[in-house]
Amino acid sequence: MKRTRRTASVLCLLGAFGAAAAIAQQRSAVEEIERYRAALSDGNPAELWEARGEALWKEKRGPKNASLERCDLGLGPGIVKGAYTVLPRYFADTDKVEDLESRLVTCMVSLQGLTPEQAKKDPFGGPGKKVPMDALVAYVASESRGMKMNVAASHPKEREAYELGKTIFFYRGGTHDFGCVTCHGADAKRIRLQDLPNLTATADAQRAYGGWPAYRVSQGEVRSFQWRLNDCFRQQRFPELEFVSPASIALTMYLAKNANGGVFDAPSIKR
Amino acid sequence: MNTAQFAAIAAAVAVLAGCASMFAERSDLTAQAVTMMKTSFKEQGQAKLDRIDQDDVQRTCSQYHGDAAVPRDVAERIEKAEAARISYPADGKYLGDWKSGEKIAQAGVGMQYSDDPAQPSGGNCYACHELTQAEVSYGTIGPSLRNFGKVRGFTPEMQKYAYGKVFNSEAFFACSNMPRFGQKGILTEQQIKDVVALLMDPQSPVNR
Ligand code: HEC
Ligand code: HEC
Repeated sequence: MKRTRRTASVLCLLGAFGAAAAIAQQRSAVEEIERYRAALSDGNPAELWEARGEALWKEKRGPKNASLERCDLGLGPGIVKGAYTVLPRYFADTDKVEDLESRLVTCMVSLQGLTPEQAKKDPFGGPGKKVPMDALVAYVASESRGMKMNVAASHPKEREAYELGKTIFFYRGGTHDFGCVTCHGADAKRIRLQDLPNLTATADAQRAYGGWPAYRVSQGEVRSFQWRLNDCFRQQRFPELEFVSPASIALTMYLAKNANGGVFDAPSIKR
Repeated sequence: MNTAQFAAIAAAVAVLAGCASMFAERSDLTAQAVTMMKTSFKEQGQAKLDRIDQDDVQRTCSQYHGDAAVPRDVAERIEKAEAARISYPADGKYLGDWKSGEKIAQAGVGMQYSDDPAQPSGGNCYACHELTQAEVSYGTIGPSLRNFGKVRGFTPEMQKYAYGKVFNSEAFFACSNMPRFGQKGILTEQQIKDVVALLMDPQSPVNR
């Protein structure tokens, strides 16, 4: 009798564990939604990154003890307002097409005297690790909020970047035969329950591109567009995309131009 | 040759030259993009740079998207070549254990540089397909496979088709968005049998 009861209670416990495991996934989704709600009611936590970024922009740093305030983001030295909407673009001083992140690297090198390696180190923050790049990106992006995307893509190098980015978008490879197009080439598709924007269609491209950088509730971090590309290539089973590499900038050029005319509304909040 | 004939031939030549230069431009661009990618990625974990190298299916299919449908002769060439590469189970049995198949269909791990290569990969079928009624978190890149066996018939031919389809999707539908799970070594023979059982076993929740 005693023995059966014990067995029964063990079985009961095991059952409870099983059920707990089964609902664990569901619960974490619920928790995520709760955190999302909390984040929304407090305003966008990305504001903390924006404020830190603005301070970093003005702070004298690096071997040359200089701020970034003279950095030309494409609209002239020191002009931050609207800069995100014209990037990526061609810069004569580097003879390259640059996105925001690569341009910030350029300015950290030329104005502040950092080596390119130092400027590119730690491109993405993580738990307990705050990096300057995320904050600077959040700040500059926030200064374009509410403005329309307006990437020129008219200089020959800009056109070349666009065409190469487009080619990479449709390039299938790796163990799963995936390209960006597999997941972002058709309307109204989803993976599991996550909606997939059709990045070849104007309205979706505008909405998707205009929402990055973003504060990701599930990660508690502000994530840049460079991060977004890096993580999608991981899901694509490709090797690791290097921060501000030529392919990353070409792809950004393709997607940013597809988003032209759309209202830029970032840093946003995402799951 | 009269003038009309001459004009027709000249026009044909011009069109051909146009096509050739368009094609050359595109393959030029692809070559340039590949060079760019080779300097833009770094090896990480199990994902080496050779993942960027395309095989024939990948190279061919990357050219067709949007409104450019795969021409029939190209599709036939791919389907024939890929069909010849399928290795069916030596024991002639296509059905494994649907319970294990369900786990494989749920599992999204495998082949990413963040994944442990010592662990078996999943099929992540739910990422793209509806399968059982119980799982409401399914994607829509692929068609619904709900009641697959019940609708198609629990026949040996259909079992064999399902096995071949999961092993090498391109053998039946050129330039499909579905991975070639057996061909690319994502799933083992036993794992494929298990997901085929999920689709084809009358007891499987896919068919209930
Ligand atoms: C295997 C599927 C897959 C592939 C391949 C893939 N993505 Fe994604 N992508 C996703 C998913 C899933 C999301 C949504 C992620 C989320 O909400 O957490 C996403 C989100 C995005 C977003 C943000 C959309 C938004 O509205 O926030 C962009 C931009 C993007 N991907 C671009 C790309 C590019 C460029 C490539 C190719 C380098 C690519 N993706 C390849 C699955 C994929
Ligand atoms: C990235 C998306 C994706 C994934 C992952 C995927 N599929 Fe598919 N699947 C598709 C698409 C798209 C089609 C339709 C085109 C075709 O037939 O190839 C398809 C078609 C099929 C068909 C043929 C349906 C018919 O009507 O004959 C079967 C069977 C199938 N998938 C089974 C599976 C199984 C089992 C898995 C997991 C091991 C899986 N798929 C994973 C995208 C996917």
